[in-house]
Amino acid sequence: MALINIEQLLEKYDNAETSLAEEAQIRAYFAEEDVPAHLESYKLLFQYVSQTKQEQFTKDVPLLPKAFGTKRTKLYQWISVAAVAVLMLGAYFQVNQMNQKTSLNDLSQEQLMAYNQTMEVFNLVSSKLNKGTNHLGALNLVSSKLNEGAENLIHIKEFNKATNRIIKNK
Amino acid sequence: MTQTDFVKLVLPFKDKVFRLAKRLLVSKEEAEDATQEVLIKLWNNKEKIEGYNNVEAFSMTMTRNLCLDRLKSKQAQNLKIVHSNYQDHNVSLQKQLEINDSVDWVSKIMEELPDQQKIIVQLRDIEEYDFDEIAKVLEMNETAVRVALSRARKTIREKLTKKHSYGIN
Repeated sequence: MALINIEQLLEKYDNAETSLAEEAQIRAYFAEEDVPAHLESYKLLFQYVSQTKQEQFTKDVPLLPKAFGTKRTKLYQWISVAAVAVLMLGAYFQVNQMNQKTSLNDLSQEQLMAYNQTMEVFNLVSSKLNKGTNHLGALNLVSSKLNEGAENLIHIKEFNKATNRIIKNK
Repeated sequence: MTQTDFVKLVLPFKDKVFRLAKRLLVSKEEAEDATQEVLIKLWNNKEKIEGYNNVEAFSMTMTRNLCLDRLKSKQAQNLKIVHSNYQDHNVSLQKQLEINDSVDWVSKIMEELPDQQKIIVQLRDIEEYDFDEIAKVLEMNETAVRVALSRARKTIREKLTKKHSYGIN
């Protein structure tokens, strides 16, 4: 290609007026080895351009995450629901069991014996306690008598006063 | 839409998304991350994108927005993107030196452009988009795209010539 021609094209190129076809022409020209010295800088540019063009995206893109991910999260959601259900059932049965009152019939021989013995002991304690309260009743009586005595003392005081007055009057 | 359909749909432009992301975010890892996010977003909305007539333009717009958002949040955090990892370490030393010497200048120069111009240069010079496609992606009119592109190209060439004639800096 004539030098004049390429220079004209380059000027158009600098003004961003070249078409894609013309730019391809320029690139083809600079792909050749011998280029006049004053166009050396363009050569670098187009070398760079053609080099960059070959750069490729090589990294693998995991395309599955969304479809796969939703499936997975759904599964997890259901697992959590199941876990909650299991927990609730467990708690329900546990509470149920605790609420069941055990009757004497359910107990084994030994347990029954232990139960009876404890009951006896409790009865004994309670009877003693009742006796104790009976004695306390006596004490109560004493205190009431005491009060009566005190009242009598007041009477005596009164009587004293009266005698004193009589003595004074005399 | 099955996975194969989606891959078929995405295959022609996933590299473009990646390159645009890399142009904006500079680091390769960041760009891969962003591309992955864009593709996953597309996949998650696969029912919706079937209705679009131009998924590629839509994806490019999405990429641009995502990258600009990330840059913004980076700036807000006062963190600079690490530039140290933008090069493929697999290339041979010889080749690396070569790149460092010449072509790398171009990428450095491009990094200095404003984001908008970066995107336009990327889409036009590297992905060879039509002006109306670029206008669609960037949601601006064609004239503005042309003006910005011309400005960017002139800046690049100016800096490149300077560097080329004076050597490094």
